[in-house]
Amino acid sequence: MAWYSNSTSEKKKVKKDLWIRCSKCGSHVFISNWKENLNVCPQCNYHGSITSWERISQTFDDNSFKELFSNISPVDSLKFIDLNGSYHSKIESNIKKTGINEAVITGYGKINGIDAVTAIMDFRFLGGSLGSGTGEKILLASNFAYDNSFPYIVFSASGGARMQEGTLSLMQMAKTCAGVARLKQKKIPYISVLTNPTTGGVSASYAMVGDLNIAEPGALIGFAGRRVIEQTIGEKLPDDFQTSEYLLEHGFVDTIVERKDMKDYLSKVLGYYNR
Amino acid sequence: MERELNLVENEILDNELQKVSDFSDLSPWEIVQISRHSKRPILQDYLSLVFTNFVELHGDRFYSDDKAIIGGFAEIGKHKVMLIGHNKGKSTNENIERNFGMPKPEGYRKALRLMKLAESYNLPIVTIIDTPGAFPGIEAEERGQAEAIARNLTEMSILEVPIISVVIGEGGSGGALGIGVGDRILMLSNAIYSVISPEGCASILWRDAKFAPDAATALNLTAGALLKHGVIDQIIQEPLGGAHENYEEVADSLKKAIIKNISSLNTLSAKELVHNRFMKYSGIGAFLTN
Ligand SMILES: [Zn+2]
Repeated sequence: MAWYSNSTSEKKKVKKDLWIRCSKCGSHVFISNWKENLNVCPQCNYHGSITSWERISQTFDDNSFKELFSNISPVDSLKFIDLNGSYHSKIESNIKKTGINEAVITGYGKINGIDAVTAIMDFRFLGGSLGSGTGEKILLASNFAYDNSFPYIVFSASGGARMQEGTLSLMQMAKTCAGVARLKQKKIPYISVLTNPTTGGVSASYAMVGDLNIAEPGALIGFAGRRVIEQTIGEKLPDDFQTSEYLLEHGFVDTIVERKDMKDYLSKVLGYYNR
Repeated sequence: MERELNLVENEILDNELQKVSDFSDLSPWEIVQISRHSKRPILQDYLSLVFTNFVELHGDRFYSDDKAIIGGFAEIGKHKVMLIGHNKGKSTNENIERNFGMPKPEGYRKALRLMKLAESYNLPIVTIIDTPGAFPGIEAEERGQAEAIARNLTEMSILEVPIISVVIGEGGSGGALGIGVGDRILMLSNAIYSVISPEGCASILWRDAKFAPDAATALNLTAGALLKHGVIDQIIQEPLGGAHENYEEVADSLKKAIIKNISSLNTLSAKELVHNRFMKYSGIGAFLTN
């Protein structure tokens, strides 16, 4: 179910620490300009990946964010070993590489003055894959929203369920959706923001059942992998297949919002919550 | 009450685990082969061997009737239930007609419609899982495969009637879970339940599908492993050599296990059911806290 390529080529440095090459249009952009533009390509509007902490600072009012459940990290309970070694060693290297303990940061804060609980996935950590710890944090954050009657916003960026945790990771889809269902029962807003990529088991669980599903432009969003579908049907798929724009056309997202407008959009729609 | 049930179940499990040890020499990859065996009993066989008076109900009321998932009223023992399951075939023609048991969004939406009907009629739900996975095709994506599965997971978690899910063959990832959010998850002893097919996993993590046997071991997809890791609740022992060796025997075990679980879940109120289900899924997973 989890499938993703390692196409983080926007991070490939052309000249050391100076330029970034847009993985969509190939333009070379000064890193400072790239960062200033919220990791969006000034030439083609490609929305490059950002870290959870970058997303938090773009979304929450200054100094308002408080992290929750940061004590949770993955464990190699199946003793999973593949061609590249053990899951255990991958966990350690990913924690070291990213400085975070799981593929999601959870917490709460204010968005233009409105209280909100959030879970923000980080694609750098094992491809944003949904493992037991990831699912646990997303559930605990929804429980926190439930207990405090705060709106809940999840930003997804994930290749899908984490293969190295086997069926335990599959079950996180049911676990996170059970949390969402409780919010719906209590009529607490739940907003899903789908960013590049949101695929496999994450698209087929909490990411697709928001009261509002909001996508960033050009994000890859879908259930089955492109290659798998091409093998099944024996033909090439159109370029726009499984993009945000394709999902908007087919009725599965409410709208597409550019990164620079996301904060104001979220506070605007949460302003309609009249309970 | 809950403690008594656990005791009964543990007793059953002890017996079964003893029997399982007779086959402990089977590798996970061999079990994968048995779970996909061309003569392995499918839902259509159990329709008459386990259930009676199946009244099939068709269609999702939005788009079409997906033949990869069937459902309707049925009786098992003295219980009236809503029966929903993946519909594999045996012959090539059957499999083409039923899309090899790989549902499209309309299949999951039909299943949800029938589950809501069961809730409204106060009927326990029995879901029978046997699919390679949800169908990976253009039309499935176009009509919202992800949304259909996600909605089922969300809605099933708060349904106010008992849900018993039984994996009888292949539990293929989200395509299986889409009708699998049960209060009890049962598995036949040679069934598999996995986040990804061993072939798919091997082609990603080993970069070659021929490492599927290694992936099958790593994925912990057998009933024994899943019971140990707290994913499933009960193993239903198959006859020696596998379910295909004796349809009547496996059907009898399946029937007894389902009835026993219906009886115990029927003692719970709607509120208890939903609460227990939430706690059950909240508790699945392994992670560190420090
Ligand atoms: Zn560009």
